[in-house]
Amino acid sequence: MARSKNPNGIQGNVTMKIIPGLRKNRVQDVRSAAKQDVEYSSQWKLIYKRFKKHKLARISMIVLGLLYFGAIFAQFIAPYSLESYDSKYVNAPPMTIRFVDADGKFHIQPFVYGLKSARDPETMRKIFQSDPEVRYKLQLFVKAEPYKFLGLFKTDIHLFGVEQPGRLFMFGTDSMGRDLFSRIILGSQISLSIPLVGVGISFVLGILIGGVSGYFGGWLDSFIQRIIEIIRSFPTIPLWMALSAAIPPRIPVVTMYFYIVIILALIGWTDLARVVRGKFFSLKNEDYVLAAKISGVSDSKIIVRHLLPGFLSYLIVATTLAIPAMILGETTMSFLGLGIRSPATSWGVLLQEAQKIENVSLYPWKLIPLGSVIVAVMAFNFMGDGLRDAADPYKR
Amino acid sequence: MTQAATRSDKPLLSVKDLKIQIQVDGGVMKAVDGVDFEIRKGRTLGLVGESGCGKSLTSRAIMAINPKECETSGQIEYVSTEGKPNQSVDLLSLNPRGKEIRAIRGRKISMIFQEPMTAFSPMYSIGNQIMEAVLIHRTKNKKEARAITLDMLSKVGISDQEKRFEQFPHEFSGGMRQRAMISMALSCNPELLIADEPTTALDVTIQAQVLELMKSLQQEFGMAILLVTHDLGIIAEMCDEVAVMYLGKIVEQGTVKEIFSNPKHPYTRGLMRSMPRLGGNKSERLESIEGSVPLPVNMPPMCGFYDRCPERIEGVCNKRSVPNTEISDGHTVRCFLYTDREEGE
Amino acid sequence: MAEPIIEVVNLNKQFEVKAKNASWFRKPAPVKVLSDISFTLNEGETLSIVGESGCGKTTLGRCIVRGMSATSGKVMYYPEEGEPTDFLQAQGSQFKKLRKDIQMIFQDPYSSLSPRMSVYDIIAEPLVANFKLSKRELDDKVEAIAEKTGLNVSFLKRYPHAFSGGQRQRIAIARALISNPRLIVCDEAVSALDVSIQAQIINLLKDLQEQLQITYIFISHDLSIVRNISDRVAVMHLGRVVELAPAEEMFANPKHPYTEALMSAVPQPDPDAKMKRIILEGEVPNPANPPSGCHFHPRCPYRTDKCKSESPQLREVADGHYAACHYAEELQLKGVQSAAGGQP
Repeated sequence: MARSKNPNGIQGNVTMKIIPGLRKNRVQDVRSAAKQDVEYSSQWKLIYKRFKKHKLARISMIVLGLLYFGAIFAQFIAPYSLESYDSKYVNAPPMTIRFVDADGKFHIQPFVYGLKSARDPETMRKIFQSDPEVRYKLQLFVKAEPYKFLGLFKTDIHLFGVEQPGRLFMFGTDSMGRDLFSRIILGSQISLSIPLVGVGISFVLGILIGGVSGYFGGWLDSFIQRIIEIIRSFPTIPLWMALSAAIPPRIPVVTMYFYIVIILALIGWTDLARVVRGKFFSLKNEDYVLAAKISGVSDSKIIVRHLLPGFLSYLIVATTLAIPAMILGETTMSFLGLGIRSPATSWGVLLQEAQKIENVSLYPWKLIPLGSVIVAVMAFNFMGDGLRDAADPYKR
Repeated sequence: MTQAATRSDKPLLSVKDLKIQIQVDGGVMKAVDGVDFEIRKGRTLGLVGESGCGKSLTSRAIMAINPKECETSGQIEYVSTEGKPNQSVDLLSLNPRGKEIRAIRGRKISMIFQEPMTAFSPMYSIGNQIMEAVLIHRTKNKKEARAITLDMLSKVGISDQEKRFEQFPHEFSGGMRQRAMISMALSCNPELLIADEPTTALDVTIQAQVLELMKSLQQEFGMAILLVTHDLGIIAEMCDEVAVMYLGKIVEQGTVKEIFSNPKHPYTRGLMRSMPRLGGNKSERLESIEGSVPLPVNMPPMCGFYDRCPERIEGVCNKRSVPNTEISDGHTVRCFLYTDREEGE
Repeated sequence: MAEPIIEVVNLNKQFEVKAKNASWFRKPAPVKVLSDISFTLNEGETLSIVGESGCGKTTLGRCIVRGMSATSGKVMYYPEEGEPTDFLQAQGSQFKKLRKDIQMIFQDPYSSLSPRMSVYDIIAEPLVANFKLSKRELDDKVEAIAEKTGLNVSFLKRYPHAFSGGQRQRIAIARALISNPRLIVCDEAVSALDVSIQAQIINLLKDLQEQLQITYIFISHDLSIVRNISDRVAVMHLGRVVELAPAEEMFANPKHPYTEALMSAVPQPDPDAKMKRIILEGEVPNPANPPSGCHFHPRCPYRTDKCKSESPQLREVADGHYAACHYAEELQLKGVQSAAGGQP
């Protein structure tokens, strides 16, 4: 973890290894502002400062911020709604937003060419070509299909769109003529929120069960650990298939949503429980816990004040790193048809079209949702790494 | 103490203006700031100081085993008395990963550490690891190497050598591991043994055994010893010369007899007064040194001990860096209280 | 006025350890860490407990403060008012009341302070746990104790990692003192500190004892410090007290060979002292596998056959001087030279 210049500061890991005795010394009369900061900061501030230095993690945080921003304002940002389709434009390729037209003239207002369809003489397949004759200007804050923003209020304003009767297919369309870009953005609402809710449940379950296991030890601990091992040894996909088959066929989207969250969370809590248990075990025997006991502090206060903060940072890291697994889990389930059903959509559902080889080879833009999954997973991973690096070196 | 040491014309090891700096968040930390000392053949030099004084870094710089974050400058001149006479090499000029330093490490200069458990790999038997050093430096013949190793084990007082040879580090007690480490260090008959806090982690009765062992081995092998410790009692028992370090500098240096009977630097005096003694008056109030050791980061030129010194002179001690003054033959002090006098009192 | 404050009676502690070839059928051999420890501690005195690793001194300290449960035995506590009770058996509200009187300071200043609490909170915690105080009262008490222990009051809101080892130990002392205890167990309280800082803390402990009439049990392996701070000393070896005597008496006239060897082994900061050192052979014994009879016999330079088979009891061999050796009266053992040696 040693970087060329020691960015971890005076208490950093590398310096500690070089001069073990240095740990004992701290500046009494502060000689520089940097040191003053360090002394006043609580644990969290120190972790935050270290995290900020991790470039990849910072970028990932920004990326995730954008993704979630997009998910919250999805209906506003997407030019089309989930239901809209146009059988005229089935499997249309992505359109380019241009500033310079075929004649070489520059336009300030971007535009797209029209789409004209033709039949390939050999295969009889419908193919689309852009028609430079027709130009549709891109507009901001257009009126299009109405929607309920976050279920709160009705409106019909979208961030951008194209003047009628033009179409704007930035990522192309699917086999029903639905705009892929809109569906990816709208699908992100499900794909990005299920992991958060799922991880939230895992978090609570993990702390409770792991805490009980770690604090009390003994046969209770052994028992719980065996159960965890049994759960972890189930192959996930068949398990999901079985659980999903148990879900009744026609239920409202919201209920479906929660079923999926619960299925994912029920498997996911085991990791967190083990982290919590491990931490409890190691912290239980620290001197300061014993000191608190001798001072007369009650058990519950010890857990909350002394033990819990000790591994909160680990928990946050473990939680952040558990999210990618949930993203992939939901995507996989939906991809296999076990998860989200229409009219809702998620990235996994969008990728169902990619199951057919013809889609992948003839209409490769249908794989774009894969890119969004990869970006989201990698961003969470990098951020989790950054958090772990920031939180870890504090441990002596 | 050693048998009458013959003084060759050049000291075995000369450290000149050794500086070690490390980049930290607040600036540059001068962990070692201009250290000079000499070690003569067959003699024992003690390097004494509290945590953060830089003694460990100094001793490791000789073997070039400090991490790469340490920016080292200065000269460490090593004059081997074997082979070509008076041929000196500057150890700091050698590539820390190169062949030349590796030929010296373990063979001419070897080192023992404070925590013997981490000095041995848990994966191989003790005998195997000691033999490794022998095979590198002394002979390629495995049988011969084994015989040498067994002999060394017995020399350090480990009985039942055949059985112990096959055992692993965790099967040895702390004291035995330290002995094994000593035998490994001496297996190639080095000229200089660097011992970095060799007994700090041991029980006091075991410490006595190990110190006794080191003394007798020095009699037998005739090597010089650089003994790094914080314990003045060990210095008094084991060393001929002593250098007192504080905040990266040597503040006082001289023979053990001289320093203990006539300490000049306020830090040395404070250190001696704050040590509780076994003999002496009970319930005398220990004199302590106020304050604690600061970090040597971004320090302006001044005496590092200024803030804690009971005899500090404002305007003098905190304005410039302190020169080294020779009080008497071999006894030097780095203190403004003595800079006017050239010859001792 | 030697009023007893606690009396340890036959304290035993053993650990169940899985032996290498334990199976479901064979019960694992227990490791006896403390064997029948008995002594009386008087109010206002400092009793030091010395020994090497494995002797059980830390375990003894922890059992006394009930940080660890003893296997058997009693710790009779004599409160200021009321009848002496067995501290180990106290329950409920009585326990809550008594426990404030007996506190502990730990060895490692880096692990004994909760890293995520401010120093103020750490010091205030015992009060908060046991009393209902207003913020004002709490502030006053914390500041008062901080000043007593030499901490800068304006730094109290900082976190432990900002402080040096010596200062952290002061925080630990402040925490131990704030509930006004009568007895403090110092478990190697200065061993992890630099020599010059050790002196500061030892002086502080002595001052506090004078001001507040505290009784100390001082656990240490460092005989020089023990000499400086103790009224009485108990030497432990492999779970047993082998010698117990007033400090001066013991250092001048030890009655147990182990004590003699311990004192002889300490390196003296005096280059002229030509002490003939007693070097013990062999290793520090393993509590899991103790030697027969007198546990010290394999290393004892004076051993006889009797020592191999019979375990000596701790008995009074001179006034207030106890030793557990068959030959305590006969052996002429060497103490420490009390020569005024080498103070610059």
